Amino acid sequence: MLLPQRSWINRSVRGTSAEARAGKWFLSVLAFVAIVVPIFNQLVPPTSAFHLSAYALTLIGKYMCFAMLAMAVDLIWGYCGILSLGHAAFFSLGGYAMGMYLMRQIGPRGVYGDPVLPDFMVFLNWKSLPWFWYGFNHFIFAAVMMLLVPALVALVFGWFAFRSRVTGVYFSIITQALSYALMLAFFRNDMGFGGNNGFTDFKDLLGFDLHSDRTRVVLLLLTAAALAASYLACRAIVESRAGRVLRAIRDAESRTRFLGYPVESFKLWVFVFSAVIAGIAGALYVPQIGIINPGEFAPINSIEVVIWVAVGGRGTLFGAAAGAVLVNYAKTYFTGALPEVWLYALGSMFIFVTLFLPRGIIGLVQSRIKAK
Amino acid sequence: MLLLVLLSVRSVRAQSQTDNNFLSILGELRKASFPDKEAIIDRLSQTGHPSVRVVLTAFMEDRLFFRNDNQTIVIVKSTDGNPAVLDLVDPSSLKSIGTAPMGNLTRIDTNNHLRQVLGTTVAHFALSSPEAGVRLDAVREMMLSPDEKSVALLRERSAVETNSSVKKGIAIALALVALDDPDAQVRLDAIQTLRISASQDVRNKIAGLLDQSSDGKFTEGDARVRNAASAALVVIDRWRTFYSGIETLFFGLSLGSVLVLIAIGLAITFGVMGVINMAHGELMMLGAYTTYVVQTLMPGHIGISILVAIPAAFLVSAFTGILIERTVIRFLYGRPLETLLATFGVSLILQQLVRSVFSALNRSVVTPEWMSGTLQINDALGITYNRLYIVIFTLLVFAAITMVLKRTRLGLDIRAVSQNRAMARAMGVRSEWVDAMTFGLGSGIAGVAGVALSQLTNVGPNLGQSYIIDSFMVVVFGGVGNLWGALIGGMSMGIVNKLLEPYSGAVLAKIFVLIALILFIQARPRGLFPQSGRSSENS
Repeated sequence: MLLPQRSWINRSVRGTSAEARAGKWFLSVLAFVAIVVPIFNQLVPPTSAFHLSAYALTLIGKYMCFAMLAMAVDLIWGYCGILSLGHAAFFSLGGYAMGMYLMRQIGPRGVYGDPVLPDFMVFLNWKSLPWFWYGFNHFIFAAVMMLLVPALVALVFGWFAFRSRVTGVYFSIITQALSYALMLAFFRNDMGFGGNNGFTDFKDLLGFDLHSDRTRVVLLLLTAAALAASYLACRAIVESRAGRVLRAIRDAESRTRFLGYPVESFKLWVFVFSAVIAGIAGALYVPQIGIINPGEFAPINSIEVVIWVAVGGRGTLFGAAAGAVLVNYAKTYFTGALPEVWLYALGSMFIFVTLFLPRGIIGLVQSRIKAK
Repeated sequence: MLLLVLLSVRSVRAQSQTDNNFLSILGELRKASFPDKEAIIDRLSQTGHPSVRVVLTAFMEDRLFFRNDNQTIVIVKSTDGNPAVLDLVDPSSLKSIGTAPMGNLTRIDTNNHLRQVLGTTVAHFALSSPEAGVRLDAVREMMLSPDEKSVALLRERSAVETNSSVKKGIAIALALVALDDPDAQVRLDAIQTLRISASQDVRNKIAGLLDQSSDGKFTEGDARVRNAASAALVVIDRWRTFYSGIETLFFGLSLGSVLVLIAIGLAITFGVMGVINMAHGELMMLGAYTTYVVQTLMPGHIGISILVAIPAAFLVSAFTGILIERTVIRFLYGRPLETLLATFGVSLILQQLVRSVFSALNRSVVTPEWMSGTLQINDALGITYNRLYIVIFTLLVFAAITMVLKRTRLGLDIRAVSQNRAMARAMGVRSEWVDAMTFGLGSGIAGVAGVALSQLTNVGPNLGQSYIIDSFMVVVFGGVGNLWGALIGGMSMGIVNKLLEPYSGAVLAKIFVLIALILFIQARPRGLFPQSGRSSENS
């Protein structure tokens, strides 16, 4: 009755050349998008049928952020066997750090015109800026926070969790609880993060107007660069000797520990690194979408990320990215055309992929190629 | 024999005579002015007719009408929510006499003064009621706005009253009045009497004695009385804190029981079978919707419907659970992370299914009468029946499940398979069948939990999600695969939550509990009651 569960995993260990080949493809597609999209948006006149609208621009940017997030999840799940159901929390923390900077940038242009306090604070009758908002008017500080806050949360949480050897489903459930707790906390008005409305009405980033297409194109290029960079970084980790230890932990944690490897620190550092990537993705996501609210912390979001990875193919970095784009494209399409169907489709996808496609679409494609 | 018949005929005639008298006085209300109505109320109460109290209460609550067609006076059962058609009650026999549309009825008006008069009159009637509970309510009513007439009545009643709690109530009411007595000694005695009370009104009244006006003068002139008052306040406050502590504890227990109900099912599927069922919350939601459907199917019998709903919900959820096990989960045994994802997919489908069938709007399940209301233990402590029943219900379910696992063949099989599958199979246990049944059992309990939840919250497609994380926490806290762990874990999490709530607010309390749990796992990674033996070891 038990299905052989780990047989496919070994293949990806020696599949570095395949990874390199696919990686070239992945980076080429990314470069292609980065070149073509600006041209079709900026150079092709709006009247032309080939013009890329601002909406499409935002959508592509959004998909890329999600691809980064999926890669972050795949790094720990596909390569180290840590299933985090709370990665949306790190994504949102990065997003909130960016949002705080953008809120401070609004300055006196808000509805209430207060030079320092964001609108929601004036609305809630706050007299002065809470201490944790200090410094967010400087971009450098905010940028450091975008990396530091998710990293610190992951570090503290991971340190506690891994130290006491919380593994498998227990870890998944606890990460879900973490995300849930953060969501509840950010929903509170007196937390000082805008309550359930979150942050919105952003004006500009580093002096560039967020509503102009040119800024959007630049943001998209930055996102593409970040995606490429995190892909390369993740691949470097995965292919290094440390990457082998990670895979060893995934396949036989106790044995790896008995061989003398400090399993806890490996897990902790890869978890923190993954959280940082998720944070960057969130920070890039917020200025493009124009809003961040506590709904982003919702446990369902984290679980959706996992399904992107599963659909694309866990254990292959580009597979995770492809899965993110694919599932989100389907989501955009279905929620527009047949909103009723979307949850059915998503639910069936969960079941179908886990039952029939344990290696995702990429795995399917690879086995087809091998069969030839 | 003949005499007996004669006598009864006579008493019937006498009865009908009071009836006629009563109805004719009542009839005068139709055209009476407000002062006349007051006189009529007085005369009505002197008829000694058995339904005077009910009629006057209805009058006070604006439920006394007369029909436009034949001018008879009727009582309306309820005007809540302004229904178009009203249920009528005959004022003399108090029997139901059909319905009438609002337009065919004219209300007999009252004004503030009249309602006050009615209030006192009704209270006086209640004071001589044969039921102690009614008398106690009347005493409480009079305590709030005492006047000379009611004080006299209370004194009178106090002499003949036999029930101790009513007697105590009367003593307190009289003492409250005595606080305004010009004689300081009387006031002192009153305070001594009031020390035994825990009521908010008494507390405020005594605290009022210690008030200082702006020029430093006390409301209460006598220093002895003031000292006694502040001493009494300390005693009263101590009792009130004690009672509110008990109340918090009870709230915690009731919240905990909900968590336990959910976690018992999880403890079976997650603990015994090692299956993470993310659709557990949705099975609970199915149970809640079953309650709703059962209730709509038997509109006349709300009180019984909930009892019918319990087995119905169990069956619906159990069958759904078995279906999930047979079609999805059995292919994924030994792969907990995959099971988690697949069952999450199931939960999404179930949610959307409910949305398609019942719409996304919340459905309201009516609380039956025997479950609503409050059990008033004393002035400071009241326990709502629905919470009380849920605590009791949880304990019953828990006992039933323990019995099933310990005393039945199925329970033996379940334990055998969960401890050593291969050995159980060698002994002839059909492990696949046991898997399906175990999962069905856990799912069925989720359905039963849904019935309980339908009494506490709105029934909607998201019902399951809001509790699922908490209940997973309970299982992790209590120790996987241990029913006692689920019970102790759920109850203590509920209580801690409610104890924290007054200091930090509901949301922060929840966050603190989650953080505390993460820290707790540091000390005891396998929960309060870790599973012992080889089955708990993994590779």
